[in-house]
Formats: sequence, structure tokens, C-alpha cells
Amino acid sequence: MSAGKEGRALSILRDVFLANVRVIKNNFRPKCIYVAVMLRRMMEAILNKDAMDDKDYVGNKRLELSGQLISLLFEDLFKTMISEVQKQADNVLSKRSRSSQLDLSMLLVKDSITLGLERALSTGNWDVKRFRMHRKGMTQVLQRLSFIATLGHVTRILPQFEKSRKVSGPRALQPSQWGMLCPCDTPEGEACGLVKNLALMTHVTTDQEEGPLISLCYCLGVEDLELLSGEELHTPNSFLIIFNGLILGKHRRPQRFASTMRKLRRIGRIGEFVSVFVNEKQRCVYIASDGGRVCRPLVIADKGISRIKEHHMKGLLDGARTFDDFLREGLVEYLDVNEENNALIALYEQDATPETTHIEIEPFTILGVCAGLIPFPHHNQSPRNTYQCAMGKQAMGNIAYNQLLRMDTLLYLLVYPQRPLLTTRTIELVGYDKLGAGQNATVAVMSYSGYDIEDAIVMNKSSLDRGFGRCIVMKKHSAVNQKYENGTSDRILRPPRKDDRNKKGENPDWERMQILDNDGIAAPGEIIRPNDVYINKESPIMTKGSLKMVALKDSDYKPSRQTYKGAEGESCVVDRVTLCSDKNNNLSIKFMIRHTRRPEVGDKFSSRHGQKGVCGTIVQQEDFPFSERGICPDLIMNPHGFPSRMTVGKMIELLGGKAGVSCGRFHYGSAFGEPSGHADRVEAISETLVKHGFSYNGKDFLYSGITGCPLQAYIFMGPIYYQKLKHMVLDKMHARGSGPRVMLTRQPTEGRARNGGLRVGEMERDCLIAYGASMLIYERLMLSSDPFEVQVCRACGLLGYYNYKLKTGICSSCKNGDNISTMKLPYACKLLIQELQSMNIVPRLRLADS
Amino acid sequence: MSDSEPEAMAEADGVPSTKLPPHLELRRTRVLCKVDAPDNTDTIQYSGAYASLGHENSLRFADFCKDFRVDITRISDDDMELDMVGVDPSIANAFRRILLAELPTMAIEKVLIANNTSVVQDEVLAHRLGLIPIKVDPRLFDYLSENDTPNEKNTIVFKLHVRCEERGQRLTVKSNELMWLPKGSEFLKTSESLTSTSKPETYTSFTCSQDSMPEFAGNPIRVYPDIIISKLGFGQEIELEAHAVKGVGKTHAKWSPVATCWYRMLPEVELMEEIEGEKADVLKQKCPAKVFEIEDLADGRKRATVARPRACTLCRECIRDGEDWEKRISLRRVKNHFIFTIESTGALPPEVLFTEAVKILEDKCERVISDLS
Ligand SMILES: [Zn+2]
Repeated sequence: MSAGKEGRALSILRDVFLANVRVIKNNFRPKCIYVAVMLRRMMEAILNKDAMDDKDYVGNKRLELSGQLISLLFEDLFKTMISEVQKQADNVLSKRSRSSQLDLSMLLVKDSITLGLERALSTGNWDVKRFRMHRKGMTQVLQRLSFIATLGHVTRILPQFEKSRKVSGPRALQPSQWGMLCPCDTPEGEACGLVKNLALMTHVTTDQEEGPLISLCYCLGVEDLELLSGEELHTPNSFLIIFNGLILGKHRRPQRFASTMRKLRRIGRIGEFVSVFVNEKQRCVYIASDGGRVCRPLVIADKGISRIKEHHMKGLLDGARTFDDFLREGLVEYLDVNEENNALIALYEQDATPETTHIEIEPFTILGVCAGLIPFPHHNQSPRNTYQCAMGKQAMGNIAYNQLLRMDTLLYLLVYPQRPLLTTRTIELVGYDKLGAGQNATVAVMSYSGYDIEDAIVMNKSSLDRGFGRCIVMKKHSAVNQKYENGTSDRILRPPRKDDRNKKGENPDWERMQILDNDGIAAPGEIIRPNDVYINKESPIMTKGSLKMVALKDSDYKPSRQTYKGAEGESCVVDRVTLCSDKNNNLSIKFMIRHTRRPEVGDKFSSRHGQKGVCGTIVQQEDFPFSERGICPDLIMNPHGFPSRMTVGKMIELLGGKAGVSCGRFHYGSAFGEPSGHADRVEAISETLVKHGFSYNGKDFLYSGITGCPLQAYIFMGPIYYQKLKHMVLDKMHARGSGPRVMLTRQPTEGRARNGGLRVGEMERDCLIAYGASMLIYERLMLSSDPFEVQVCRACGLLGYYNYKLKTGICSSCKNGDNISTMKLPYACKLLIQELQSMNIVPRLRLADS
Repeated sequence: MSDSEPEAMAEADGVPSTKLPPHLELRRTRVLCKVDAPDNTDTIQYSGAYASLGHENSLRFADFCKDFRVDITRISDDDMELDMVGVDPSIANAFRRILLAELPTMAIEKVLIANNTSVVQDEVLAHRLGLIPIKVDPRLFDYLSENDTPNEKNTIVFKLHVRCEERGQRLTVKSNELMWLPKGSEFLKTSESLTSTSKPETYTSFTCSQDSMPEFAGNPIRVYPDIIISKLGFGQEIELEAHAVKGVGKTHAKWSPVATCWYRMLPEVELMEEIEGEKADVLKQKCPAKVFEIEDLADGRKRATVARPRACTLCRECIRDGEDWEKRISLRRVKNHFIFTIESTGALPPEVLFTEAVKILEDKCERVISDLS
């Protein structure tokens, strides 16, 4: 074996194999021990299946944060730059005769790092060659569709492995994610269970300096690995000390070591996110200070008695203390998933036993932000909460306090957003009560009119008249005043007015430009109709070529006006216009065009319990039922929505909301909040209802608005917070007669955006065949699609052509027109025949008399 | 209502009618509100429904005149409660429906915005203005049909011009700021050429000032005060003209003359057996509406009585605890006695609203009769 190969193997062993264990002064012993410990573990796992590590266990997972990723990218870019400079410097220095002195700064490619970072951030592709890392979609544009969508987006955790794998393990709910990751908030479909969301109080750690911690460990009695033999290392009464995956040594009294470390952490001598975990099974003490671990705060209890006393809480309420003070004083501490295994955590203080080490702060914090909006989620069937987590992000409402100053491409706002009558603590903590996305609607759970099947809701027209469900949709349109390479640029002109005349004495465009100001840009507040010009721009005809500094004449410009293309009959308004310069220093003009909509049949609504439904019909108020005290519901929901969905939380929300409006106090419905008073109990709610003259079960005596007689049942009626979702019929409805066709096949185009036709698909075709509706098939598949007249030669069966001079069809292979028949064919069929012919396959048509 | 010739009608049909047995009479006249659901909610209209029992069920004008009664129990400027006795639910409901949807009022329909730099969008501002009740008698105005020009007989014009002048202050614009323009619109139509010799055309064509009309002399048209229209920051300004026209609530709720209007059937609480002693106390405690009272009997015993049946909200607390309570108390609603509540928005006083509703129903009936004949 050559020395070179041996050296390479050695260097791989040194630098690549178990790279986290560093080789100092060619001492491979730590590495050997590490491998030995690994083997030991492996054998243990073979002998005993219980000793196997769970790869879905959250304690074995690390989250990658933006800082880590960017530092990785930076390191790569920086090192690439250095090696580049080195190569160039070598190049220069290798030359024999140099006239000038070597200036390294001249060799630096100026913004290679900036450009590299910018490229990675804008494309989302993380390509780090050094680590063979090629990852796509690492950056995302933050959703600003609604306030909750934004919060939900920033707490999202994406998995690294691909979604297509058919394994259930990683998708299943892990017990170890309790309190760290939300059990409800996950998308439906392919990413179900893989994409997760942080819980309310989760903290993700960042890297902490290792050196001081390592020396602290040695000070606390860790026996150095270097000084121990293999036998000594595994003596029965000693534990291995593993620090961030590195074996430091062993300790004879691991519990004492761990408690000392924890004490030091509680008094703030070491970082609050350092975790100490004694694993009795593996006879190890794991100390972790690395980044990406999830951890959460817990109240420390001494022998089952909470360290937080009444005066602490009073200080917190008065504002004299903050959460950080609690942390500093050692009343609460952060535990990561591993260290939780060493703790006995009581749910409430009264449940604590002398063995209890920690007490939960609040059980509702196991849920994330999106699931925290649901009142009484612990009474719902769990998929309903998951559906609501997805739907809350589509609700219209307030986006942010600066929503009217932002220039979003698409903005959905509610005209009169309300805060939910039935709130939760999470809602108050995240500020959903200030930036709500819904309205408290009085809902009657009954059937009405037959237009309420399949979760459709019946709406009260007067409620809509008074502003229920009104929303504003704003779309951004932009225009750029482009500068060209020959020094010319676009120009914006004063629009022609009614009395203006051009040379020919005509002025055809003034009507389309009425909304323009004298500066040629649409004025805010003007009503804009389809085909209205919103910027009267002109572009120079010559944009390329030599730099021209001469002033251009009017004839050198061609109009490049931008017209508004909206649906006919919609009255939109120019809301705002901003002028700014884009990154190429061109003047960029942005228009926000606003459209206010009232709900119509087909708009989608949803309560906070995953119960979506469209508006089935809108009914006059006088036809609506009314109660003994004159209350008329805003919407009617069909009771069939309840039995199969089992959303008991919605019923309690209705009761609590009803009690809330009658007694004038917001009621709470935080998850698992009944024992701690963060959720009102149904008994208490019922009592309030009775006190205000309602039935305890929330059912009212209603009169029919149509007949005037009382209804034959008591109706469950009260306020429920309803969200208007962004899916509106106005944006979706579509129908067409004749219209555009695809060039290639001459068949109608596809999709609403292209004014496409509605396809009679394969299954529909099958139905028609089964029914025997041959003429209908003929009409749908040919006459209304792509009819085409072809000349077919009966002799050879090939397609011919029509000779307009001779006024006959001619077969080009028989070279005559003797046996030509004219027939109709779908153009796509003719295309198929010809394409096959081009591939040396000859389809021949055999014609028979009909 | 009219008492012209009841006798003649009564004599016209001379079929003798026997009384119904009490259990059927109860079903005919009362809604029984049981724990799980109300019972007998419908009314029986068919004249021969009890023919086999010899009871004539047709409605007789004489009986109607004898039984029909309207008592006003409470009245104030903007709401009233009245008892309407002796009609079918359909008639009471007709009044309710007419009051909600068919009585005209004036409401702002067109808003000409000259300037609006407030945070409230133009459409939203216009919508808010539309919902403000206008205190004016709609009977003094005509409907503005599509081809009409707005004039003093069909349009009321208001002006709103506010601007927040104080730095660092928020100005709350309330409906009081809406100024009535009796002479009509002040905004000039810009499309008219300036060379026109006649006086500049505005968006309305009033022939005379509205305040010269006798109805409004010394009685300016006002809107309902203290409704927040918008809030202005420093330098923000709203300048607009609002044109109110006549309309009905069917088209848009803003034209509804009532905030709401509803009725309930007269509650009737019947004790099916004597409730004495401790049970009487329990019963009294149960009812949040304080329907029951305790009566001291001569021999020192206590007995529950129904003191205020009208107060019953039908919370069903008294019959909630088990079947024995259900048997003791019977909650009912009288099918032909309606406690009608009208909450006016301010355009017309509630008593006028009701009489107007009666007139509309009368017109409708006459239309049907004339169509039939
Ligand atoms: Zn041929």
C-alpha cells in the first residue's frame, strides 16, 4: 500500500469520520472510545429492543433556524472568496516579472458574499458545495393574508425529508411533543403530520459557548476520559458525561452532578437553556448547550410546593415583575424535551405530590397560536380543530395595524371586524382581540328553506344591509417608468380632456381617461371601470442602439397605457397611489384598487370549529324567525352539521356567547381551562342564562316569520363567532358560450383565467354513452368543440385536401380526386392522424355508407 | 275596527254553535309550552274543523268586533308596547312584516363625496350614512323613480363638511354634523359647459326651498344625533353631500322605520295543583322572572300563586326538575293575544307607525277585493 493512500485514509479517519470528536495531537483515543461506546449501544439495542432510540422522538431532533443556515452559507461564501483570492495571488506571484506590488484588496471580488446571500435568499436554494448541501425552498415569502396566517407562518416547522414517503411514524403524534409542538396545527393532505407548528410557549435554543461549560463539568468532578481505562469507564456505579454529543468522561455521583448543574443554571451562572439530563437506562448524563432544541418554561416546585407565591403573582399583575424576573429569580426554568424526562411535572399545583419537581404554567399552552383561537377545543373532535387551524388562516379581518399603509398584492379586509365574544387566553396573549378576523353572528340552529343542505347557511338580508360580512378586497397594480439603454425613458403624459382635439380633430380616448389626474396617473378616490386607463404612459419607439441625448419628439413615442381589466359591473375605486423607485432606479407607480363587497350566495363562511359552509340563500328579515324578546338571528345553520362533526365546543361557544351578551362580560373558553378558571363551565354559563331569563339549555321559543305561529320546537340560538373566508364566488364564478380556442388542437381553452370552456370529461362521456345520448355526445365532443371538414380518399383511406381552383377534393397519394369523400372530424383527430403519419404510422380511414 | 253594522252580520248566519269540550278548547286557543317542545302551535282556521262536535269554527265578524281589542301598555317617544287581542297570528304577523319591510321612510341613498381623506373608505362612509335615521315624516315626500329628477318633493339633501384642525387630536364626526340643505344640492355639475347662460346646474333641481314649505317652516329636518360617522386625524377632511330619498325596508334595511318590531303571545301560567309549603318557596325561587308569589293562607300555610304571568320569559326553569314539576305547572301562550312591541328609529312616533301599517294592510285588502271583483 502506498503512503499516499494510507495518509488519505488517516485524514478521512481524522477529519471526516466522527468529525465531532476532534483529534488533538494525533490522539485517536477519544475517537476509539466513542466508536466503542457506539458499538456497545448497538449491541444493547440488538439484545434489547427497548433500548433502541426513537428517531421521531422530539428530544433527538434539532430545528434549524435562520441564523444557523445563514452562518453556514456565509462560511461557505467567505471560504470560497478566500480560496479565490489565494488562487489569484498565487497566479500573480508565480509570474517572474512583476511591475507592481501585490495588492490583495484588488483581488477581492467585490460583492461576492452579498450576491451569494442575496441569491440564496431570493431563490431559496441553499447550495453549499463544501457540505454537499443542495436544498430548495429554504426561504418563503411571509404570508400576510391575515394576522393569524402571519403568526401561523412564523411558527411553522418544515421537515427535511421528502413528503412522498409512505411512513406513518413521523406523521403520528409523538408523546414527547407535549407542550413543545402543537398537536392540532398541521396541514391536511401530503404534508399531514410532517409540517408542525410551535406551541405557545416554546423556545428554540441558540448555540451557547461550550468551553466554559466543559471546564465547569471538570470542576464538578467529571473524571477526564484521557485518564480512564475502558474498564473504569463502565464501572457499574458511574455514569458517562456526554456534552453536546462528546464524551467528556465519567462521574461517580451523577444525580449530585446534575442537581449542581441545575442549581447553577437556576441562579444564572450558566445559560438558562443548558439542559442536564440523566439517562438512567443508558447510564449517561447528557448536557446540551447546542442550538435548535425546543424547550419550554415550567414552574419549579420544591417537594411539590410551587416556588411562585402569591406575592410574586401580585407583582406580576401590578407590572412590578416580568416573566424574565421569574426566570432570573429561579422561580421558573426552561426544560428541553430530554430534561423533561428527569422531571415529574404536575398539571396543577393541587395535584402536586412530594416527588413533584415542576408544575405546568398553563395547560392551554400545549396548543399553538392557530389552535389557541378555538374556544373549548378540548370538547371538539380532534380533526375539527385541525381543520380550523387551516381555515383560520384564510379568514378575512385585520392584517396589521398598518394595513391601510401597506401595498400588498392582494389584501382582504373586513369592514367591521369584531373581537370574539367567547375568547380564550391565547387570543388575548397574541392580540387576536385587537386584530380580529370575524364577527359575532347570532346563529339559530334550525332548518330553513331547503337552501341549507350540505352545510350551507341561510343569511338574514337585513344583517347584510347593516354591514355583516362586508369586506374590502384590494389588488395592487403597478407600472414602471422604464429607463432604456439608449438613455431614453418612458414618459407619463397629461391625459386628453373632453375638449381637447388632436390634429385630425378627434379625441377618442378622453372617456377612458377621466379618472386620471393632470399628471397622467389615476387619482385616489376615483371609481375605476373596466377598460379605464390608470396610467397614461408612453414609451419611446427606439429603445436600443446608440446613446441619444437629443430631445425626442412626440412622434418618437408610442402609447403604452395600462388599462384596468376587471369584471364588468364591478365598481372599484382607486384607493392609494404610491410613487417610489425600484431597485433599478426606475420610477415605480403602484396602485391599490379597492372593491367593497357584501356577502352573496356562494360566499364561504366558517365558525371557529372547522365547520365551513357557503351562503345558501339570503332571506328577508321579516321571513326570519324571531324570539320572544325580538331577537332575530343573523344566520341559520342546519342542525345536521352537528351529529357527525361532534363539535361540542361550538355549542358551548353559543351558550357562552349568549351568556356573555346578557351579562356583559366576555366569557372564556381556553383549552382545558375549566379547572384553572380560564374557561367557563357549562353549569355556570347555564346559571347566567337562567338569571337573565333564558332557558338553561340555550333554546329559545321562536315564532315563524312567515306564518306568525310559534315554531314547533325550541331553537338553539345565540352568538357564534363567524369568519368570512377569502373564497368568494365573485372570484370563482365562470361560464362561457363560444370563446377562445387553443391554437394547436382548436379545442376550447381551459381554466377561468383564459375564459375556458367547461369540459365534458371522460366520466361524463361514459354516462352519456351509457344513456345512449349519441347526438348529445356528437354535439358536445365535436360540434361545440373542434369540428373540422376533411377530404378522405376512399381508395387509400388517407386524408386529402380541397383544391379551390378545381373545386374538388384531391388525394395526394393517389394523385386524383376520384374517390374523395367529405366528412366532419374533430380537429384533434385529424391532428392525431397527421402526427402519427409523421412518425411513420399510417392510420387509414375505411368509410362505409351510413 | 269600524262598528257600523255588526248586528247584521251576526244575524246572517244563524247556525247554533255549541261550546267545545275544555280539552279541545285548550288546544284551540293555547300553545302548550312543554319541556321538550311547544305543542299546538298552529291555529285551526277551517270552519268545519269541529263540525262533528257541533261547533262552528268560522270567524264571525260580530265575535271579532266583540273580542278585538287594542290596549297600549307602554308608550314613549320611540317605543311602545301594545296588546292586540282577538286576531289570528297571521294578522298580527302581517302588521309586523309591514312595519319591518313595507312602511316607507327617508334614508340617505346617494352620497356625493367631494373630499374624503379619513380612514373610512368612501363606500363604507356612504353605507354608514345610509343607516342613519332621518327624523322626518316620509308621508310628506314622494318616491323618486328612476327617470325623475331629484326635487324638493322627493329628496332631502344634507351636507357634511368637517376637518380636524387641531394637531395631535382626534375628531369624532357624529351625525349631528349633517347639515340640512333646504335649497338642495350645492355641488355644481362639472360636465355642463361653463358658457351656459342659465344658472349653474346642481345635482338637484329644487323649485323652492324646503324650509319655505309649511311642514318644515320652523321645524328643520334633523337626523338621529350622536351616531359616530367617522374619526378624523389631524388634517383629515370629509366634504360630502348626502341625498336622502324615500324607500321601503324591503329594498334595504336602512329604510325600515323600526329598529325592530315583534310580538309575543300572552303568557299564561297555570298551576295544575295546589303548591304549598316548602315547594311553594322552591317554586318562587326557581323563576328568574318572578312570576310566582307566595300567598299566606288563613291557617298559616303558604301557597304559591301566579302573580305576574306576563313576565314569563319561557325559561322553563319551573318545569325543568323532573316530571312532577312538569305536571304541577302548565306554561301556555294565548294564541289570539299578542303583546306587540314597536321600536321606532325616530322617523315617526311608534303609534303613527302602527296606524300607518294598518292603512297599508287595508290598502292591500282593498286591492285584493278589487282584483277579485
Ligand atoms: Zn387515395
